[in-house]
Amino acid sequence: MFALGALPLARWQFGITTVYHFFMVPLTIGLSVLVAWFHTRWYRHGRESDLRLTKFFGKLFLINFAMGVVTGIVQEFQFGMNWSVYSRFVGDVFGAPLAMEGLVAFFLESTFLGLWIFGWGRLNPKIHLATIWAAAIGTWLSAYFIIAANSWMQHPVGVVFNADRGRAELVDIWAVLTNSTTLAAFPHVISGAVLTAAVFVAGISAWWLMRRNPTDVDREGFTRALKTGLWVTIVAGLVLSVSGHFQTRLMFEQQPMKMAAAEALCNTETGPGLSIFAVGDVSKDCDVRSFVIPGLLSFLATDTWDAEIPGVNEVQADYEQQFGPGDYIPNLMVTYWGFRAMIGIGLVSVFAAAAALIYLRAKKVLPQSRWAGRVAVALILTPFLGNSAGWIFTEMGRQPWVVAPNPNGLPEIRQLTADAVSTSVGGATVLFSMVTFTLVYGALGIVELFLLKRYTEAGPDAAITGVLGGSDEPPDDTPRGPEGSDDRPTDEPSDDDADRLVFAY
Amino acid sequence: MALTDFWFITIAVLWIGYFFLEGFDFGVGMLLHPIGRTDAERRVMINTIGPVWDGNEVWLLVAGGATFAAFPNWYATLFSGFYLALFLILLALIFRGVAFEYRGKIDSVRWRQRWDIAIAVGSWLPAVLWGVAFANIVRGVPIDANQDFTGNLFTLLNPFGLLGGITTASLFILHGANFLSLKTVGEVRERAHRAAQIAGPVAIVAGATFLIWNQLERGKGWTWIVVIGAAVALVVGLLAERRNSEGIAFGATGLAIAFAVIALFGSLYPDVMPSSTDPAFSLTVENASSTDYTLKVMTIVALVMTPIVLLYQGWTYWVFRKRIGTQHLPVVHHS
Repeated sequence: MFALGALPLARWQFGITTVYHFFMVPLTIGLSVLVAWFHTRWYRHGRESDLRLTKFFGKLFLINFAMGVVTGIVQEFQFGMNWSVYSRFVGDVFGAPLAMEGLVAFFLESTFLGLWIFGWGRLNPKIHLATIWAAAIGTWLSAYFIIAANSWMQHPVGVVFNADRGRAELVDIWAVLTNSTTLAAFPHVISGAVLTAAVFVAGISAWWLMRRNPTDVDREGFTRALKTGLWVTIVAGLVLSVSGHFQTRLMFEQQPMKMAAAEALCNTETGPGLSIFAVGDVSKDCDVRSFVIPGLLSFLATDTWDAEIPGVNEVQADYEQQFGPGDYIPNLMVTYWGFRAMIGIGLVSVFAAAAALIYLRAKKVLPQSRWAGRVAVALILTPFLGNSAGWIFTEMGRQPWVVAPNPNGLPEIRQLTADAVSTSVGGATVLFSMVTFTLVYGALGIVELFLLKRYTEAGPDAAITGVLGGSDEPPDDTPRGPEGSDDRPTDEPSDDDADRLVFAY
Repeated sequence: MALTDFWFITIAVLWIGYFFLEGFDFGVGMLLHPIGRTDAERRVMINTIGPVWDGNEVWLLVAGGATFAAFPNWYATLFSGFYLALFLILLALIFRGVAFEYRGKIDSVRWRQRWDIAIAVGSWLPAVLWGVAFANIVRGVPIDANQDFTGNLFTLLNPFGLLGGITTASLFILHGANFLSLKTVGEVRERAHRAAQIAGPVAIVAGATFLIWNQLERGKGWTWIVVIGAAVALVVGLLAERRNSEGIAFGATGLAIAFAVIALFGSLYPDVMPSSTDPAFSLTVENASSTDYTLKVMTIVALVMTPIVLLYQGWTYWVFRKRIGTQHLPVVHHS
């Protein structure tokens, strides 16, 4: 019925669901630690403002976490559903980190997050504090295992080829878990995640200080959260650039095509520069790159300014010789601009944080303007876009391979994306699945943004007391919600409500 | 014991863990409207599973991940073959999970009613579909020489598959009702008892028919014992429920679920996915498995991690062991 094959649709579904999932994931990874940090400060110093920050950002964290969890299940399932040929080829090595992620990380984060959410007033304060840290560690471990799995697709190690079964077989799990690609990608992804959460915290705090008139206690809290967020952004930005540099050096050795595609470098050059942008189609024309900073691409790739970097055409010729005729060039428009968007957007976040810190040092207070409030909120988006651009670059730069051949490994360990798709699933089925997931994710994304907005605007009061009022009910006499009731539950239940829960869904 | 056999058993254990744990939280979701007549009652029900449902669901992710790692060909054939069934399960789990977290976030009747529907439908669908899927795995489905499933969604909707769906759905309702009786007070608890009395006989009839049918077609000698064990557990559970021994009733339905999974896996072995096209195309613990090295690595990880996970998950249930009723809900949020 449909002429369209399953392959492009399965790729679109993977791209859409993964980019979407990775809106929630970095915020979860980063914010878990920042919330744990606020909680720790409250535990240590007992300041009301820290408790309010913990609950406020904790609420936003949980709204986001729920969506990350449910979209994560799709990720694990769709390898088998849409990519069964891939799953058979790599399962012996690729399945292990996924199973470990579940056993080591997912249990930890989900169980201890449940304890943290419902543990207010029920757990000993010290143990309650430990639960949020355990959940945070779970999110970081989860990142490690999934990056190890992804890095193996970029740079397959620790395996042999079994010709009888036509598959990659694991011979060294340590090689997989300590893959150089993993060791460089992990700090990069984690610092990107921490930066995402830090900009989120700083942006929301700045918005509150500029656009709302917080009580003294919240003014103190948000000012501290703002400074924490800004400093963490700068430090995370530094880790991002250093780890990114290590990744580029590895990319040059391990995936020369991706390296050339990052710059859309047509032909091999000695000491090539890095262009800031290009006018025209980089995939068709070699001379459209503008504002070339001399030698910078060479430096990023090798630490020297005059190295020979193979161009797309040369790597293509090499691959044809090695793997037979075919088009081994990724989509250069996507890789060229993805690389620039990743770096450029990341720089915007870091420079904005630096500018805000300098401004704060000079003026002590933030400007009370609508315009500045909008900028603060808009900046929250930048790391999300930067993360997406980075992943789109690295995954599209690996094409046409799903498992890129390792130049220093076994040439048989490679698979084209076109050969990886499920042979038993029709185009119509994948189309239906892709469209439905896209619509459902879109709708739920709107709900999540709506809730994040409402809870951000309602501020720490709402996070302390419970829920926000809806619009379809007339207000009743009973005090409730953020509109100023004074019988809020405290962390210590009073005598007459000894059995009442401090928190419930 | 061969490592492939060990991992076949491990996969069965993971599914037992999943159906035991998420079985009752599916049951709670399925009973949300029949038992929870008011918003406050529905909140009480949701809060009995609030702290634990996400940890319960991780058992599914680990079962999936372990199948990928230990039996990649099983994972590949099953997930690409049962495509639409799994797709529906995914959608259900997405809406259900979001509903738990978002339902209470806005104090509006309409808002909560919509998420309540998501919880109910999101619990019913997987409760039925997992039964359909497992019935078809043991029954055998059309699989070709390339280990590719050649049927479609309707291939799975045969009488045996549907009976499997009714069996899991009724078992999970019973299990969920027993869980609610154990964890609540007042009206919710009383209605949960009544629900158990209705679901119990259905689960016994459906489960017995399903498992005996399975026994007659492909059972082994020893799996008869397991089937009898499942029946005894269910009867004990119903008797215990009538005597208000709620802990025993809940444990007994959990045991029945475990026995049912063992009976299915027992009749499946040494296949993991028999082919109805030609037995030569069947996936077995041998031809679907990973290498010994991978299985060894995974064995070490599983042996180290599983006790730790069981310990802290068990502790969670201890922390939240108290019964709750409408009078325990926080004051700020009410119907």
